Amino acid sequence: MPLLDIRNLAVEFATARGRFRAVDGVDVSVEPGEILCIVGESGSGKSVSMLAAMGLIAWPGRVTAAAMRFNGSDLLSLSPRQRRRVVGKDMAMVFQEPMSSLNPCYPVGWQIAEALRTHHAVPRRKVRDRVVDLLDQVGIPAPATRLGAFPHQLSGGMNQRVMIAMAISCNPLLLIADEPTTALDVTIQKQILDLLVDLRRQRGMGLVLITHDMGVVAETAHRVQVMYAGQMVEEQPTEALFAAPRHPYTAALLAALPERAMGRARLPTIPGVVPGIDDRPQGCLFNPRCRFADEKCRTEPPLLAGPPGRRARCHYPLGAAEVAA
Amino acid sequence: MSVLMQAEGLCRHYAVGGGLFAKKGLVQAVDGVSFALREGQTLAVVGESGCGKSTLARMATLMELPTAGELRIDGKPTLGVGEAERRRLRLNVQMVFQNPYGSLNPRKTVGSILQEPLALNRRGDRPARERAARAMMDRVGLRQDQFGRYPHMFSGGQRQRIAIARALMLNPRVVVADEPVSALDVSIQAQVLNLMMDLQDELRLAYLFISHDLGVVRHIAREVLVLYCGRPVEHGPKESVFAASLHPYTRVLLAATPSVDPRHRKHDVAVKGELPSPLNPPPGCAFASRCPHATGICTAERPVWREISGHFVACHHAGAI
Repeated sequence: MPLLDIRNLAVEFATARGRFRAVDGVDVSVEPGEILCIVGESGSGKSVSMLAAMGLIAWPGRVTAAAMRFNGSDLLSLSPRQRRRVVGKDMAMVFQEPMSSLNPCYPVGWQIAEALRTHHAVPRRKVRDRVVDLLDQVGIPAPATRLGAFPHQLSGGMNQRVMIAMAISCNPLLLIADEPTTALDVTIQKQILDLLVDLRRQRGMGLVLITHDMGVVAETAHRVQVMYAGQMVEEQPTEALFAAPRHPYTAALLAALPERAMGRARLPTIPGVVPGIDDRPQGCLFNPRCRFADEKCRTEPPLLAGPPGRRARCHYPLGAAEVAA
Repeated sequence: MSVLMQAEGLCRHYAVGGGLFAKKGLVQAVDGVSFALREGQTLAVVGESGCGKSTLARMATLMELPTAGELRIDGKPTLGVGEAERRRLRLNVQMVFQNPYGSLNPRKTVGSILQEPLALNRRGDRPARERAARAMMDRVGLRQDQFGRYPHMFSGGQRQRIAIARALMLNPRVVVADEPVSALDVSIQAQVLNLMMDLQDELRLAYLFISHDLGVVRHIAREVLVLYCGRPVEHGPKESVFAASLHPYTRVLLAATPSVDPRHRKHDVAVKGELPSPLNPPPGCAFASRCPHATGICTAERPVWREISGHFVACHHAGAI
């Protein structure tokens, strides 16, 4: 049974110009010990869908789903009080930009201890030892001396480690990391990603990694979901996705990577831009930028279709013949 | 091919502190960087934050003067010359900034943004400036009806086109691009890179391309200069720096960069620790504290900049490891 199972998730925001669907028709399922990457460009709804799973979408946002189950309990029917017992404990999140997510007015040791106190994870007198232990686990040198440090006294990489320590403090079953390395240098990024992968292995927790970096996806994920304009357009195991993308958007995105280009040739580009609030097209949301689009794509929204685990939201998925065979 | 910009031993040191509580110190933001930038070519400067990439860009555009070393533009020295002469040389070097959301004045239209460099330098009359701006819009792929629009009406990629157009208004020979695509999404990044490469072929521009993204550098650059803590560690043709890197830091950087291509992946090198403070850096090699190959000499003595098999490297053990 999957650890997290969400079917047909939608998140809507009431705006002055009517309701805006930031996320529409997203399915997420994560097995224990699995690394799922959610990849997409800015504004594709990848963070919002995971915030919805965490129950962190505030008014005027509205979350609906056909099913939303976590570790055997139905998240949709939980009261807010019951849900708060799960969130931050069994299901934890590492946010983007540690510098702005940590509270600048409290020392980092206190902030990590706060999570432990809230969820009564360890007896009060053991909290301090546990915090030192956590800082040690995430690779902060001389952890006992860092308890009193404020976020501005630590580097970006160190602050991200503090965020991770906070997230894993209550031994979560599922860790959601939202662009955990975007603001960091590559050598620090490597250290943080290795740390997350190691923690997953040691604790057998599920890991959802939200990123826009295809390199990070290729090197860490087991399974990938691609988001475009709030919709999930493709899901595939990592190797299959890079070898044979099924949605034209994924294919175009991979082709546009400078690393995949041959020599100094021109890069294949995707014309146009991601549609915003006002200019979402009829039919398939990708159709104005898709080179395969025809009349059907312009009028009829495609559904997620294909074999389980390799679905694509496209009327004419690439390599359909091979997948069926 | 003529050398448009030549740097020899460029240094930029900042004195800091010396206040009521702080001790005096010296930040060596850039220390001993040399390169030659030729017509129609791209030199990529790579390194992590704090390695001096942006300071180097500011010196190359003469926004800041080096504390030591020599920078020649078109063979003419820029130090020890009068302000008027420096101003004239500066016209040859223009800059594209990292964040197009911050580098365009939100209260000016695209048209006036593009005409501003001409107006400031008293080039042509008003109709001529407008013609030049409109011609430049065509060249960078902006539509004529966007002439009167404001920056907020454009997407990130379009804004970066405006920023590139503005940099080209004075017909510079050298464009210094400081992380020009790192604020953009992948699909937009490709459009801007293509534009930059087309313009380079068309106008024989030289690019000093500053980036931390090795995938982008691998694509656009001809030569690569790797900086660490303000010091050059390796410099050479792209192929040899990527395929046969001599400095341990270059290898670490390559190994740490996540890659979609399994052939580019190197899993053998891991790096611990963080960048040392640029304030009063260590006497030896700046990378010694994180280097897997460091020995006694590395912490004691600063490695010399020497040539090995076609590219330059500053490492005591280069070629042996």
